[in-house]
Amino acid sequence: MEDLLAARLQMALSLGFHIIFACIGMTMPVLMAFSEWRWLRTNRQEYLDLAKAWSRGVALFFAVGAVSGTVLSFELGLLFPGFMRHAGAIIGMPFSWEGTAFFVEAIALGVFLYGWDRLNKWVHWASGVLVGISGVLSGIFVVSANAWMNSPSGFTWENGQAKNIDPVAAMFNDAWLSQALHMTLAAFVATAFAVAGVHAFLLLKNLGNVFHRTAVRMALSFGAVAALLQPLSGDFSAKDVAERQPAKLAALESHFKTSQPADLIIGGIPDSEKEEVHYAIHIPKALSFLAHGDFNAQVTGLDQFPKAERPPVLIVHLAFQFMVGIGFLLATAGLLFLLFNWRWKRYLARKGWLLFIACLTPLGFLAVEAGWIVTEVGRQPWIIYKVMKTKDAVSPMPGLHYSLYTIVAVYLLLTFMLAWLMQRQIATVEEFYPSARNSID
Amino acid sequence: MLLTIIAILGVAFILYTVLGGADYGAGIVETFAGKRGEKTISKALAPVWEANHVWLILAIVILFTGFPRVYATISTALHIPLMVVLIGIVLRGSFFTFRHYDIGEVGTHPYYTTIFKVSSFVTPFFLGITLGAMILGRVSLDATGTFYEQYIGPWLNGFCVAMGIFSTLLFGYIASIFLIGETVHSPERHRYIRFSKLFMVLTFGVGILVFVIAEFENHPVFAAFFSSWPSLVAFGGVVLLIPVVLYLINHPWVVYLRLAIGLQVALIMVGWFAIQYPVLVFERSGNHLTFYNTQAPEATLFQLLIALFVGLLLVVPCFFFLFKVFKPATDEHRVK
Repeated sequence: MEDLLAARLQMALSLGFHIIFACIGMTMPVLMAFSEWRWLRTNRQEYLDLAKAWSRGVALFFAVGAVSGTVLSFELGLLFPGFMRHAGAIIGMPFSWEGTAFFVEAIALGVFLYGWDRLNKWVHWASGVLVGISGVLSGIFVVSANAWMNSPSGFTWENGQAKNIDPVAAMFNDAWLSQALHMTLAAFVATAFAVAGVHAFLLLKNLGNVFHRTAVRMALSFGAVAALLQPLSGDFSAKDVAERQPAKLAALESHFKTSQPADLIIGGIPDSEKEEVHYAIHIPKALSFLAHGDFNAQVTGLDQFPKAERPPVLIVHLAFQFMVGIGFLLATAGLLFLLFNWRWKRYLARKGWLLFIACLTPLGFLAVEAGWIVTEVGRQPWIIYKVMKTKDAVSPMPGLHYSLYTIVAVYLLLTFMLAWLMQRQIATVEEFYPSARNSID
Repeated sequence: MLLTIIAILGVAFILYTVLGGADYGAGIVETFAGKRGEKTISKALAPVWEANHVWLILAIVILFTGFPRVYATISTALHIPLMVVLIGIVLRGSFFTFRHYDIGEVGTHPYYTTIFKVSSFVTPFFLGITLGAMILGRVSLDATGTFYEQYIGPWLNGFCVAMGIFSTLLFGYIASIFLIGETVHSPERHRYIRFSKLFMVLTFGVGILVFVIAEFENHPVFAAFFSSWPSLVAFGGVVLLIPVVLYLINHPWVVYLRLAIGLQVALIMVGWFAIQYPVLVFERSGNHLTFYNTQAPEATLFQLLIALFVGLLLVVPCFFFLFKVFKPATDEHRVK
């Protein structure tokens, strides 16, 4: 295997693996703290039980998330030292803030997980809130560093060296806000729907179960709000990408030829050689509107870029369609939940509804993965957009594929172990939590 | 400004060695500590191990923000040992948590323990090797030479291996001392006291061996050591603390014992740092990477310093709170 490809695959795998744990780490503390707060206010057992049951799962995921995050901080250098040699001084700032936020998160989580019996209830609750806040903040800081790769700023590039470095301008680059917003919402959508899905699945076996019913309702409340906000944030991102990275926008929309107005292409298989899209649905003028807010705006196509500077269209387009499709499906589910919860509560207990929610379990995370493929593959061949190519940043060490194989093996083992352990945790819920044995109806 | 950052980097490094070291070392000690030891260790580490390891992330972030060329050089030339360290960190943390959280006794329990223990040995060993390679001066970035000369020779040699063994023993020593205060069970406590003495002797012996082997590998550390008064003072302090530790070991003043060992480790690091300063990585070509020739521009260092200051203001109180809750100075809560 070519070293560049091996390095890219290893980075993609490591990020793709870590991002799931990062999403859980951002969302679950908020859910746990919310549940504990409900318990403190209502004194109902199921809220306390849920906070405790979730915290056991989170301890497992957080551990793997912490160590896989450590791996990433090293891999930036192990795989792409050419990138870090120049970028370190420019985007180190969000990383150092991220380090701080993660530090607070790790400490607060230790207090939260092991302090149930040792602390005042409200102090304990506050530690949970602190985990949530620092988790979200550390996510935002990391995304800001990634946004810089898409929208490099805060330096001038002279003869292959970064000069006039301004770390603050680099951190608050043009892409950070739209990306951070989109990623944070995505973390909440994916995690909340996954939690709701697992509990809905368990509820199907025992329809009146108070523990699982409460869990589904709470998780869906968070998921629904986030899922309904996500299309707005997506639109904001698309307009942003259209301005800053027209090649990425063109690739994700399979928009080969510059046109005015431009059709929106939904679905289909793009053919980069012939520069056309097969089997797609065309919506006239819609892309002009989505990209620039004007039905008659011109949208730059891939034809404006030399072939060597175009991202791989097929992967980016399919990943994008997949992400958007899931996004709309989850937003619809969220809307239905809010409607049912408002007027037609009886539907929420129906088997069909629970089955639907159970089927959604993995989809949010699949959309997150697809979204990362869009943003990372969509930037290729650049590692720092229009400044440095990925192939110029890769480690000179030959045989990088051995690193890749090792990481694949380790992460497969961890995935298998986590699945097995979670299944064991879930199987013993009734044994440990009183409310999981209670059933109404 | 640069000096403050260097100081914080040094502190992060020392804290990682002490706290992370106690963490790794606990896995090493567990190998000899029996079933009861496993329980004690599991309980002692669970709330703090993640926070202990963040010091490493802090050191790495300071390195790649403040001294990006050093980070890029180490991660290129020492790719292989660092990869082993990473795999070790991942498996160790994960399987420790798996063991702690898995419900009930199942057949998998010995596997968790085995992976946890093996990675507790392997990770510090390769951390020591990496550090040794930075000191020894065979790292080279001009891409001439075979794969072996470029990517293996710099770290696979007597000196680096001795450094690996030294780190492993040192961590075992720190952990044995740390565990004395984690149990009230008398035979178990005495076992850790025995371990502490044994590891102390071994660490000291291998520490001297490291110097001797360095001479054989044409890396004259002795001369540098005797010509640097701060390192003479620091290592003098290390030796003077030995009887203090041996005295405190048999008394119930856990906090003082821990402070003494922490100070001892800090002095070892300071002594080594004084020999090394201001070089971070010795290069084969003689163009050593120092704090001064690799530092990031002023603007970056300034922002880094702000982040570190605010960070420490937030982290230090949280850290004290964590240890106050879970590692109280009295044995009271552990008795029940």
